Amino acid sequence: MIQYVFGRLVMMIPTLLVISFIVFVIIQLPPGDYLETHIAELESQGESVDPAKIAFLRKEYGLDQPMTVQYFRWITGFVQGNYGYSFEFDLPVSEVIGDRIWLTVLVSFVTILFTWLIAFPIGIYSATHQYSWGDYGLSLIGFIGLATPNFLLALIMLYLANVWFGTSIGGLMDPRYLDQPWSWAKLMSVLEHLWIPVVVIGTSGTAGMIRRLRANLLDELDKQYVLTAKAKGLPRGRALRKYPLRMSLNFFIADIGNILPSVISGAEVTAIVLSLPTTGPMLLRSLQSQDMYLAGTFLMFLAILTVVGMLISDLLLAWLDPRIRLSGEVVR
Amino acid sequence: MTTETDEESGHYVSREPFDPRSIEQIAAGQESYFLASRRRLIWWKLKRHRLAVWCGFILLLMYGSVLISEWIAPYYYQTRNSGAIYSPPQRIHLFHQGEFIGPFVYGHDFQLNMENLQREYVPNPDKVEKLRFFCSGDPYRFWNAIPMDFHFICPAEGKTMYLLGTDRLGRDLFSRIVYGARISLLIGLGGIAVSLFLGLLLGGIAGYFGGWADSLIQRMTEIIRSFPELPLWMSLSAILPVTWSPLLVFFGITVILGMLDWTGLARAVRSKLLALREEDYTVAARLMGASSGRIIRRHLLPGFSSHIIASATLSIPGMILGETALSFLGLGLRPPITSWGVLLNEAQNINVVALYPWLILPVVPVIVIILAFNFFGDGLRDAADPYK
Repeated sequence: MIQYVFGRLVMMIPTLLVISFIVFVIIQLPPGDYLETHIAELESQGESVDPAKIAFLRKEYGLDQPMTVQYFRWITGFVQGNYGYSFEFDLPVSEVIGDRIWLTVLVSFVTILFTWLIAFPIGIYSATHQYSWGDYGLSLIGFIGLATPNFLLALIMLYLANVWFGTSIGGLMDPRYLDQPWSWAKLMSVLEHLWIPVVVIGTSGTAGMIRRLRANLLDELDKQYVLTAKAKGLPRGRALRKYPLRMSLNFFIADIGNILPSVISGAEVTAIVLSLPTTGPMLLRSLQSQDMYLAGTFLMFLAILTVVGMLISDLLLAWLDPRIRLSGEVVR
Repeated sequence: MTTETDEESGHYVSREPFDPRSIEQIAAGQESYFLASRRRLIWWKLKRHRLAVWCGFILLLMYGSVLISEWIAPYYYQTRNSGAIYSPPQRIHLFHQGEFIGPFVYGHDFQLNMENLQREYVPNPDKVEKLRFFCSGDPYRFWNAIPMDFHFICPAEGKTMYLLGTDRLGRDLFSRIVYGARISLLIGLGGIAVSLFLGLLLGGIAGYFGGWADSLIQRMTEIIRSFPELPLWMSLSAILPVTWSPLLVFFGITVILGMLDWTGLARAVRSKLLALREEDYTVAARLMGASSGRIIRRHLLPGFSSHIIASATLSIPGMILGETALSFLGLGLRPPITSWGVLLNEAQNINVVALYPWLILPVVPVIVIILAFNFFGDGLRDAADPYK
């Protein structure tokens, strides 16, 4: 097991390095850099730009250097916790980001829990009652959740929550708690706002998970040992719980790797609509204004989040299912 | 009639030519089943899948409408009516005061509420405005080429008919949705073409040649798959220069959507190829000296094309949703190009949901098309699976 964990951890490093290079190329691709746009903007407003500061910034961040050198400087700084400088906010990136990353992690985590809570019973019901009305109906609801664009669902639920429950619009808590220390009331306010993004993001992943769980459990239910168990006179529930369910549980944990990218994607766009203080809105803004280090840091953190999430799901799976750590490969 | 006993073994041997049908009679239906081509078999299986057939029909209708959007839409998509800004939908009625008139709408009375400066439209039951059919209305250029003014349905002369309401410039939403279908549906096809090309190429290389090419491509797909799709789409479309014309942006977005989607297809192609490569007929072809290209094209591709088509069908909805999300965020297509995403961009504000809820209607065709693609693709996949 330790060997397996170690192997997986080592494998992660080249993956993240390649991702970091791709991210850097992407944020580097637009013609010109932020400073050029910034100077043009200031000059058009008739303001003078301190050439010394621009030259200093350009030198400091190596914007005059070839791309490979820039990449090298960026990635070494990133590893040491120096994420670069946000030109737009005139602050180091780490200060701009604040706890946005952690809020994204929180929203994603709660969303995955929610997806599990919903998908698990429905998947089991659909598999054990195959081709029943309940199966069709639940699948249809799942499909509609899949087909509705996240952002629109977010908008509609935001409106309904405001009209029905009087939840304040936007943000992750009521504005009056913004600068206050953590208290019970503040926590309740956060929870009151959190369920909308969680439900909205969750709907898109739930349908896929239900279908995969159903297919998996159906395969398992067709196996002979289930027949044997039933022939022996085991009650239905026990025959289901004892083996097939446990087998499909493995897959359930593995599936986190499948839904995590879509959960994070959903979290981004939903956060933009709901103006949550997570990475989404700021990523959009930094992309639009070519604030390259800020955008790069966000993209990199999202990638790390996904890769680490997948790693955790693989490790959990290996812990649950000895066949995986023995063969050293993930069986999906 | 010569029946003899075989000299050597002493067994009875008939000299008559053997006719297999004398033993087993094959019914006409059975014979046609055994002789049917693969395509025909898939079609028969698909036909049994009711839901898939219905969804295929819906898809056909929607894609068909794209060819004649100009005729279906009662207005040109850029026609503005400053007298009908944010006009709510007008319902079609058949009876007026118990009397059959034929399809008509009640005209709206407009007034500006001076307290909250809201435009208020009230249907006036005295204004019976009969609709016209196969009529001439807004002029347009059919397929951007032939000047015409033919429509299937138009409002009464000099009157209005906004079946789904109007937007902030007084443009008919229904017409805009009909025109938007063109871009939204095409972007799915264009994206899948790019993705199919890349997926077949890279998956084919990985599966057929194996070795280091395989591991390289495998790692590449893993890395792309482990990246959340939307932020990557967002950052790539932020790269598209602002100076590009809307049409170029359209192509750019199509390519971006396809560029990140090929991984699933490449995986499917690779695993299928790995299995088919070991089949006896492939080995035979190789031993007979067929080139790699010929083996892939003649012997391997037909073996998994149906499966690939089904997977491709299932990944189109993701692209349509992707375009919608990008355009909604303002990173995707830009007016005057009209897609469902661009239309939804107008509904970005919560005030819109509260005051002009009909502006979120473009989401209905999005949902319909995505459900249709999903169910149709599912049916197709089941039908293409020879082991079911």
